[in-house]
Formats: sequence, C-alpha cells, structure tokens
Amino acid sequence: MTASTVAIVDYDAGNLMSVRRACREVGLRATITSDPKAVRAAERIIFPGVGAAGAAMRSLSASGIGEALVAAYREGTPILGICLGLQISLDHSEENDTETLGMVPGTVRRFRLDDPALKVPHMGWNAVRVVKPHPVLADIAEGDEFYFVHAYRPVPAREGDVLAESVYEGPFCSALGRGNYVATQFHPEKSGRVGLKLLERFGAWDGHA
Amino acid sequence: MLSKRVIACLDVRDGHLAKSVKFVNTRNIGDPVAKAREYYLDGLDELVFYDITASSDRRKIILDVVESVAEQVFIPLSVGGGVASVADATDLRLAGAEKINVNSAAVRRPALIAECADAIGNQNVVLSMDIRRVEASRKIPSGYEMVIDGGRQPMAMDALAWALEGERLGAGELVVNSIDADGTREGYELKLTRMLSEAVRIPVIASGGAGEPAHLHDVLTEGQADAALVASMVHYGDYTVSGLKRYLHERGVKVRMSW
Repeated sequence: MTASTVAIVDYDAGNLMSVRRACREVGLRATITSDPKAVRAAERIIFPGVGAAGAAMRSLSASGIGEALVAAYREGTPILGICLGLQISLDHSEENDTETLGMVPGTVRRFRLDDPALKVPHMGWNAVRVVKPHPVLADIAEGDEFYFVHAYRPVPAREGDVLAESVYEGPFCSALGRGNYVATQFHPEKSGRVGLKLLERFGAWDGHA
Repeated sequence: MLSKRVIACLDVRDGHLAKSVKFVNTRNIGDPVAKAREYYLDGLDELVFYDITASSDRRKIILDVVESVAEQVFIPLSVGGGVASVADATDLRLAGAEKINVNSAAVRRPALIAECADAIGNQNVVLSMDIRRVEASRKIPSGYEMVIDGGRQPMAMDALAWALEGERLGAGELVVNSIDADGTREGYELKLTRMLSEAVRIPVIASGGAGEPAHLHDVLTEGQADAALVASMVHYGDYTVSGLKRYLHERGVKVRMSW
C-alpha cells in the first residue's frame, strides 16, 4: 500500500469529508486545504465539488486557489477532478454562463431532457464504459456502475480527451483526461468498491497517461 | 441508463436498529453500523437512517451512528427523523450524510424545504411523506392524506398536492411511504406510488409493505418507482440484498449487478 499524500481542495463547494474518508480507506494520507500554497506544493491533488459553477468560480478566483490549481497542473502534479471539479476544468459552463479554468478544452452543457420520463438531475447509478484506457481507470470492467448526481454534462473539444462514456439522454463523457489531469463526472467516493479502486489507482499514478 | 435502486432503511432508536409494524410496536433488532456494512458489501445501492429516538440527547446519538457508518460505507447515505432546521441538516451532512430527509417539520413549515435546498442543494433534500388512504373528499381529492409525527397526526392535507408543492419548493426526491402497507409484508401501495411518480419529475422512492421479491419488481415496473426501500425483508435474514437484486435483474429490471 502506498502512503501517498493527497491534498483535497476546499473552495466552499460542498462536503469533502466523504472524499477524505474514502481516500483514507484506500491508504492515502488525505488533508483538506483551502490554502493556495498548500495546493501548489501538494504531491497530488483531488479537486472535488458539488453545487453551481458560478459560485464555485467566484470562490476559486477570490481565494487564489484556481490560480494555484492551474499552476500545479502545468507543473505536472497528478490531479483528480470530481463532478463539479471536472466541469470547472473546462473552458466554459452553460451553468450561470461561467468562464471556467480552461485546463482542458471544451464546454459544459445542460442535459436537454426532451423525454419527460428522464428526470433531472441525472442521479443514481449508471454504467461507465472506458473508451480510452487510462492507468486511473484500469480497474473498471464492463458493466461496472458508478454514482452520479449532476444536471450538466462535460463536452471536451478533443475526442482524445474523452476517457469514458455513459448514457443518459444519449452518450455523454463521464471521465476525461489530459496529461497529468484526470477527472470523473461520477463520485468515486460514493461508488462502493469500484470507486475506491479508482481512488487507490489515482494514489499510485505518476501523472503520465 | 440509470439503474433502479434498492435502498435499505434502518430505523434507529437510542443508537439501536428498530423495526415497527404500522408505525408502532418498535423492537430492538441489532447494531445499525454492522447491518449497514453488511448490506453495503452485499450490493446495496443506498442507505437510509431514520432516527426515531425520543430522548433529549437524540441528536448526538444519531450523529455518532452516521459518523461510524460513513467511515465504512461508501455509497450514498441518507438520514431523516426530526430534521427541523438547516442547522439539523448541515450537522448531519458534516457527520457524513449525503442526503437529508425532511418530513413532519416540512409539513408544518414548508419553507424548510427551500431553506435546505439552498443550503445543501436540491438533489440532497429528500421529502419523506407518510401517507394513508382515505375516502376522497373536497379537501383530499386524491384519496390520500398526509400524516405526520410518526403516523400519529393526520393533517387533512392532500398527499398529491403536497408532493407537487414539495417539488416546487426544491425537494430533489420523494419517499412515498404508505402507512396502510407499512410492516404488513403484503406489497407496496402501487396505485399511490404510480400516481405520485407520474405527477412529479423528481425520483420517487417507494416505501412500506415489501414482503417478497415480487413486490419490488411490481413497484419498480407497474408502480413506476425509481427506487424501492426495504427493511424487514432484509433485517430478519429472510432475504439478502444481492438476492433481491438478482431476482430483479433476472426479470429484466435494470439494477447494478457488479460491486
């Protein structure tokens, strides 16, 4: 088991305790921090978040954490984005018409949900199919399901950044990755054993796809 | 597409697991933390704790239980029972609950739903409804009446109207609990569940009355529920979570089968 250290970024975007508990369960030394210096210096970073893109970006800008995160990304620190953390790493979100961090080219769009049988948000367990192998997703097998809670979906500009897909109103990107950044739309910390394995893989990842 | 969820409900009284029949005669049937862990390892999709502790230090007891469970169960965890303020909701969230169930206090003061939705997000606010069948009337046109305070206080309030109001106020999910079916093991109230499922666009969790696997199948198909809540069926060892899911899977209901 690795004794890898993970900084969980706290920017007033939801409850981070479940992420920390899940990290500890797989042997990672996880600390929650809202200090940009600690984010910049971290060995590896988890960038979680629930809530709205607009408020989250305001908090990231005002605190300097957004800048620290982008700097850590450029320096090669392995980073895992989760849910809103993933969405904020793209260029723009339809939610509150928000300019976001731009670490990965692409946008975030709302599910259209023309079918009245589909409920909003997309909440519950859904299958995740890996379309491009990645070390962090290596344990995901055919038919494995993860827990989702979201009303917006990521649309990376480059097909090569899409690592996994799921189906709701149609296929959508449920995991993406670019260099030392990898991110999931689902919540590995709430997805049972398969989710814990993903976190364990992230804890051992060197940042190279 | 989304899988239908199997959710286990653990009624917790004074830190112990309890089970009621038609909301009375509760008895102690074990350690909630151990049960939670057992169900989680057996493929449970979500867990609900309902705090039915009556003593004055109830808050601390349930917070301890939630915290212990959150340390070892990595699926969504929902908690309810006596939540009357945003402070109650945030305390439970900090202890490790994902979703918060509001019930009686929301009927008394509907703004609680909107306040909780603002504080913790719509998707984390579950409106739990205890409902009984009555003769349809001008005041209760659907023929289903809201009851609060653990089944003791009928409110002369229409359940369908309340479900719609709850959705409008920001509830992210409904628990539809039939008092008539609760603890009978004779099946969920299909008509009620379907009526509410068709009326709202948020997920509906059926509760009360499950006694055999076919009941889950019926409520997830005919009843149009998004999730089925079980208690007695699994608490006494008559059925296992994985067994129920296998039953549903074999009959074409989409459920999560690998864990």
